[in-house]
Amino acid sequence: MVLVVLENQRGKIHPFSLEAVAAGQKFANELNCDLTILCIGEKVDELKSQAQNFKASKLILAKNDLIDMYSADGYSKVLSDVISELSPKYVLVGHSYMVRDFLPRVSAKLSIPFVSDIISVDFNSGNPHFSKQVFNAKLATSIEISSDQALLSFQSAAFSSDDIEEGAPGSVEEFNVQLSDSDIKSNSEPEFQESSSGVDLTAAELILSVGRGIESEDNLPTMQSLADAMGAEVASSRPVVDMGWLPPYRQVGSSGQVVSPKLYFSCGVSGAIQHVVGMKGSKNILAINKDEDAPIFEIADYAVIGDVLEIVPKLTEEINNSK
Amino acid sequence: MKIAVLTKAIPSYESSIRVDSSGSWIDESIVNYVVNESDSYALEEALQIKESSGEGSEVVVVTLGSEANTSKVIKDGLAKGADRGIFIKNESSTTDPLTVAKIFADNLKSENFDLILSGLQSDDMGSGQTGVLIGELLEMSTATLAIETQVEGDKIKVKRELESGWFQWVTLPFPASISIQSGINEPRYPSLKGIMGAKRKELNTLESSSESQKQSFVNLYVPKNEKVTEKIEGDADTIVAKLMDILKNKLKVI
Repeated sequence: MVLVVLENQRGKIHPFSLEAVAAGQKFANELNCDLTILCIGEKVDELKSQAQNFKASKLILAKNDLIDMYSADGYSKVLSDVISELSPKYVLVGHSYMVRDFLPRVSAKLSIPFVSDIISVDFNSGNPHFSKQVFNAKLATSIEISSDQALLSFQSAAFSSDDIEEGAPGSVEEFNVQLSDSDIKSNSEPEFQESSSGVDLTAAELILSVGRGIESEDNLPTMQSLADAMGAEVASSRPVVDMGWLPPYRQVGSSGQVVSPKLYFSCGVSGAIQHVVGMKGSKNILAINKDEDAPIFEIADYAVIGDVLEIVPKLTEEINNSK
Repeated sequence: MKIAVLTKAIPSYESSIRVDSSGSWIDESIVNYVVNESDSYALEEALQIKESSGEGSEVVVVTLGSEANTSKVIKDGLAKGADRGIFIKNESSTTDPLTVAKIFADNLKSENFDLILSGLQSDDMGSGQTGVLIGELLEMSTATLAIETQVEGDKIKVKRELESGWFQWVTLPFPASISIQSGINEPRYPSLKGIMGAKRKELNTLESSSESQKQSFVNLYVPKNEKVTEKIEGDADTIVAKLMDILKNKLKVI
């Protein structure tokens, strides 16, 4: 049996969880086994109505008021109990920040390996291998499991929620959650958003993105001039924000905004996984980088191997002259 | 307060990464090893917590790996202000996060740390599990992706980064294992005095317990490019001319 765990993202099923459902259905077909879908939390009913439309053997609701709010303590205990009782071969989830926060706890509690951030699966006639990116996406690896069970998290877009088979679960059951106050050691407060003074990069048609390859904060005006000439919004990778060169609301990636502009023009961005998940849906990707091996080139439509600081001023001038 | 910082030696961004003849690991001889980026932020956070919590606190920098790759990492931590170092020797390239965490936990258990800080993930394996796994194995409370910490008596309050600009405060009792998001602070540079003093600081070398891996690499490979990528090369003028053609005539964005 494979078990898919749904994440509640402020009242809705997390988009990564939908992809995990598609993965779960594929696993069930390939391995010829049952699919069980699990909702955890006090607010499981918010997910239940949506989850009832997915083809599955069973839908399980694990409800308890001690996990009214997410906590790593509560979620890891409940999921461990579910796994111990149901003994699924694989537990499938999206590689979200919440999963990163609590699923390793389950792995350690039950001594079940957790393969995280998987990009593809080779079912390999019943003995699946899982691919993931390593060494900052410069290489990929194929991982095999030597254990009866495994926890698997998928990078966004490893599976598509468009492939979900509609239907209904064979049965809907409540799981008898055993939690007491002493299980929850940490105290979580409600989620909040920082004052969103900033730009909505998701609405931009053209994005000029800068990475650490621009070398210095002093080169930002040069990049801004090109953005102005093109009518593009400036965005950045995480290191640029960490160094304080640009404000956090300019960041694209797993901890920033997810964009899909007509053109994503990246300058000196290496293409670390955390950045790529935020922009790989762009219609066209043009990348300038000195390093021929930069992972950004793997997803680029146009790969410019060269010095961004030399090319950008000249290009800006040409664009301005052509107007 | 007794704080451990887990740091890892990883290939620098500039290093070229090539698969070795075994097919399942990289050619380490052409790689320059540096401190994993988010671990530097974890070390800085530990040093700041120590400095604000007064006498009797200590910061211990801990690493695991081969001697050749990791020696710089410990020296760097001691030079920046860690009080002592623990080096867990592991010459085999262990990639299973749970195995790595068990080796750490076995070696660190007797230290009874109040706080273990680690970077949110290593830029080589990128599993992002080690800090949380160790926390569970040592029965500590855990939190990830911290972008602010506040010690409040026998608890630590952590601002966690969630997705798409959302945040959450979590208060954890000690002992706690917390993974640190990069950008939480401004990591210091080692002073000359720090570099000189590092040589006199205590460094314990421990042997890895042998744990079998439950997940392992079948092979390593260069990812296949799924897109048809047009390569644009040449001198700057040639490149600019080609870019103008693409932007104007193909993409029609200028």
